[in-house]
Amino acid sequence: MRLIATLLFLLVPILGVWTFWIAPEHGWWFPKSVSSYGADIDRLFYIILWMVGITFVATEVILAWCIFRYGRKDPSKAAFTHGNHTLEMVWTAVPAVLLLFIAFSQMKVWADVKFGDSFPKDGRFTIDEPIGEVWASQFDWRVRYPDEDGNLEGADVIEKAFEFTVPLGEPVVFNLRSRDVLHSFFVPNFRLKQDAVPGMVIPVWFQADEPGEYDLICAELCGWGHYKMAGRVRVLPADEYDAWLAAEREALYANGTEELEEDE
Amino acid sequence: MSSPTTRELPLGIDDPGTVHVTHEHHELGFIRKYIFSTDHKVIGIQFMFTGLLFLVLGGLMAMAIRWQLAWPWTEMPAVLGFLFPETGRVVSPEAYTMLFTMHGTIMIFFVIIPLLTGAYGNFLIPLQTGAPDMAFPKLNMLGYWFMVPAAFCAIAGFFTEGGAAAAGWTAYPPLSTIESAAPGSLSGQTWWLLALTFVGVSSMMGAVNYVTTIVKMRAPGMTLMRMPLSIWGLFIAALLQLFALPVLTAASIMQLLDRTLHTGFFTPTNLIVNNVGAETVGAAAGGQPLLWQHLFWFYSHPAVYIMVVPAMGFASDIIATHARKPIFGYKPMVYSMAGIAGLGFIVWGHHMFTSGMNPMVGMTFMVSTIMIALPSAVKVFNWLGTLWDSRIRFTTPMLFALGFVSMFIIGGLSGIWMASTPVDIYIHDTYIVVSHFHYVVFAGSVFAIFAAIYHWFPKMFGRVMNETLGKFHFVGTFIFTNCVFYMMHQIGIAGLMRRTADPYSYETYQHLQPLNEVISISAFLLFAWQAFFVVNFFHSLFFGKRVGRNPWNASSLEWDAPSPPGHGNFDKELTVYRGPYEYGSPEVEEDFLPQTRKLETKQTV
Repeated sequence: MRLIATLLFLLVPILGVWTFWIAPEHGWWFPKSVSSYGADIDRLFYIILWMVGITFVATEVILAWCIFRYGRKDPSKAAFTHGNHTLEMVWTAVPAVLLLFIAFSQMKVWADVKFGDSFPKDGRFTIDEPIGEVWASQFDWRVRYPDEDGNLEGADVIEKAFEFTVPLGEPVVFNLRSRDVLHSFFVPNFRLKQDAVPGMVIPVWFQADEPGEYDLICAELCGWGHYKMAGRVRVLPADEYDAWLAAEREALYANGTEELEEDE
Repeated sequence: MSSPTTRELPLGIDDPGTVHVTHEHHELGFIRKYIFSTDHKVIGIQFMFTGLLFLVLGGLMAMAIRWQLAWPWTEMPAVLGFLFPETGRVVSPEAYTMLFTMHGTIMIFFVIIPLLTGAYGNFLIPLQTGAPDMAFPKLNMLGYWFMVPAAFCAIAGFFTEGGAAAAGWTAYPPLSTIESAAPGSLSGQTWWLLALTFVGVSSMMGAVNYVTTIVKMRAPGMTLMRMPLSIWGLFIAALLQLFALPVLTAASIMQLLDRTLHTGFFTPTNLIVNNVGAETVGAAAGGQPLLWQHLFWFYSHPAVYIMVVPAMGFASDIIATHARKPIFGYKPMVYSMAGIAGLGFIVWGHHMFTSGMNPMVGMTFMVSTIMIALPSAVKVFNWLGTLWDSRIRFTTPMLFALGFVSMFIIGGLSGIWMASTPVDIYIHDTYIVVSHFHYVVFAGSVFAIFAAIYHWFPKMFGRVMNETLGKFHFVGTFIFTNCVFYMMHQIGIAGLMRRTADPYSYETYQHLQPLNEVISISAFLLFAWQAFFVVNFFHSLFFGKRVGRNPWNASSLEWDAPSPPGHGNFDKELTVYRGPYEYGSPEVEEDFLPQTRKLETKQTV
């Protein structure tokens, strides 16, 4: 049993590290990061991965070693000790310092992503003049772009279902809202997640640095259809985005005119 | 000595007195003895059977969840498919939300907490502290019997219109409070809230009993710092329940009021759910959904420690006993458990980093949460210190206790990612979280429960469990547990969200299906493998080898009582002279030194 147990407990760190090692090449790993702060978040993840990885291997190997070494049949008694004060101080102080290091190294990125004060201020879209609103409801995403005066009420508001079109390479700020229950705006490629709460208007920002289409996923249980609340974020180069928005406006006006004509 | 004497209860006094044991034997009928019993041992065993029964039920639900994640919307084999007769053995999206809601609820409130504090709290506290029974035996009985309406309400939900609760075990409003939000919110959620309230009352009665018994009824000489770590763990867990449970109970009642009387604690103004407006719903409105999250996690985060601190205590007891060596750093072990519990009250916000809570507050919660890894690390180092230069005996309880340490390391370390706010933005509610808490609560606490069952089975029933079957059980359980939960780290890093009935409806997740298949097959094997335990348990119950008082040569108090102990527990007077872990003491010939043995030589700690 001693050798079986040693093997079993030794396999934990070996296979544990191996699984993490091979995961990226099989795609069982982060989807590509395409947002300005995605790389920062990934970097923090890797710092912690190294720190916990080393601790994991060290402790698991010591455990397996103890099982191997002290599991032998031995008629003598175990060492009669109740502890060691110095050792306790060391293994309290060292992790304390490391953990504080981890904690403090997180703060800047957190503030950059979530603090209203640190939202980008120079671009077209700011916390006071967002690109628009994203409304979540069972089981639907609605993106609303304000009219040319910046109003979000009235007939000239562009409303798109399940599709959030944004310009490339500039900070995009929007207000996240919910009509009914909790939802969560999650774009894995942006490393961005924020719950939508009914009754709250939550400003969110990101900057997409690569054009393309990305999955928008609801990440907070919102009912039976939660799994299919799939939206898309379309990132277009700034000029294409402007052209798209202009075309949408045009179409909206045209529809409006037609309707008016019909009414007459 | 045969008359019932009032016991002098020296509190924290080193001077050993004597304990007077009552030998009154009233013959009780079957019903008073085994069903409506006030004996802590019988109540403990009742909790154990109830918990194990629910473990099977919760496990079956997990299997159905795994089937769906590997092969969504396909027909299940009959063993699982019988759960969904109406939809032709295929899970519906509605049923899937109910499955994971009730899986979580049952595993937490009807399996882990009752098994740790209900079963072993009841069984061990009087035996390990040298008390004849609990301080309030009738309250204790009532505590168990409150589990019956709780279990009834939990299961009744499935048979009501709309089905069981479907808002997750966290029951976030408005999904849980507004009837038009989900079928499970019709009346399933009301049953769920009632179940939770009954469980809470049951736990509360238990906690009052545990604290009183530990504080007031210890045998002479049993100072606080001579208590086994199991008792410390249970004591701290009981304190956590006393302080945190009222909040959950209050919150549940508020949610119940929101649902039945249409108050608006958690309902914001202008809510329109499923085209049903707030006026129709009748909500007074003006409420805040986040309020529930704060109240819920103020209990439910400490609840995580209620589910792990006693397990740490059991593992410590079992490791010291089967490694034949004193616990390394007993006091740091006690302080670190207390530290985990204390910090446990100021970390609840880490469940809400992405919830819309003020991000400034998130920063403080991050620091406190990361620091909770410190006492956890100290515990791991002390277990390793205990094993260093020990004399390990590879018994089944020891293997499970070692498994607990190994698995707790994984569960503890992965928590650091979740605590780190920026990283949590990405991994919040992904499978890496699922992996993390299953490593703590399944691979941790359930392993410790298995260790405890194997270790204290002889004391409970007077017979030992079969060692060969036990080792088979351990090896398979250890391998398959890791096959199930380890790779959830990877699919979590790939961004897979929990509570998603069909993840492959998103392009991002489609390539993860083969990995989910491997995990599901491992889960089925893990479940099936428990047959070794079931067979062993029932076989040993009736045909296991009979043993005497102290089959493991352990030194804590419970092994001084007969196996199984009779009414009143101890048949001789007890005085405690030393701590519970004097293994390998040079003062005596044998490698253990019972707490009660009086030596002419100097007294050890």
